[in-house]
Amino acid sequence: MSPQATETSIRNSIVVEAAIDRAFSVFTDGIGSWFPSEYNLLDVEIAERVFEPREGGHVFDRGTDGSECHWARVLAYEPPDRVVISWDIGPQWQIEADPEKTSEVEVRFVSETPDRTRVELEHRNLDRHGDGWEGIRESVGGEGGWPGCLRAFAQRVGAA
Amino acid sequence: MIVSANLPFVSTYRVDGWTALADPTRRAIFERLAERPRAVGELASELPVSRPAVSQHLNVLKGANLVVDHRAGTRRIYQLDPKGIALLRTYLDRFWGRALAAYKEAVEQPTEEV
Repeated sequence: MSPQATETSIRNSIVVEAAIDRAFSVFTDGIGSWFPSEYNLLDVEIAERVFEPREGGHVFDRGTDGSECHWARVLAYEPPDRVVISWDIGPQWQIEADPEKTSEVEVRFVSETPDRTRVELEHRNLDRHGDGWEGIRESVGGEGGWPGCLRAFAQRVGAA
Repeated sequence: MIVSANLPFVSTYRVDGWTALADPTRRAIFERLAERPRAVGELASELPVSRPAVSQHLNVLKGANLVVDHRAGTRRIYQLDPKGIALLRTYLDRFWGRALAAYKEAVEQPTEEV
């Protein structure tokens, strides 16, 4: 654990030329249109990226073969002002099954004018992924060490 | 894997950690180094890839600041970079910088396209 809060989080913001409602809906419902597609934990290409619009929902990728990779949980869904998702991806690029070891991403939408919105993003609690890369030692041997989400998913549905 | 075949954001000399780990062979190497430090030859004997290929992958991981190496006699030993969370921050910072730029582009498209 770091004594400095700033070391366990990153902040980023961007101003977009769009109304707040649109800014919110593109970030959530439209996540497939911008979230980098090469960040893919499936063994196949992503057919669809889904953001379930409710607290308790998931953000997941559906592959071209129908497999799914759930990589975030929706912790807060407050259109058009705020959304919080967990980041269930470990530093080793694997799905982290233990929620205690996941970080979270809070996004706030602030209307600057009717056609301009500031989007403030904070990715925090990074220390929860383990003591940096040290935590990987444990995760490699345990459940979370499964290299691919597909296998974890297959196991969950009893297909492995 | 799809990812390694197409890396549009990779500059010639530097790869970010997440992209580096998107390759299954590099991930396998990384996992082994997470268990304990290893020499190139050891990694090559444990994995279905040649020694030169292991070296190349190690160079990518090194370029991404994921692993460090040191000389022990005639061997070069690789281990995970111990700087810890600073790495994770750096990668995520870059990741979100790029993701938000793509988001801005998407959100500013004419409305009917999204």
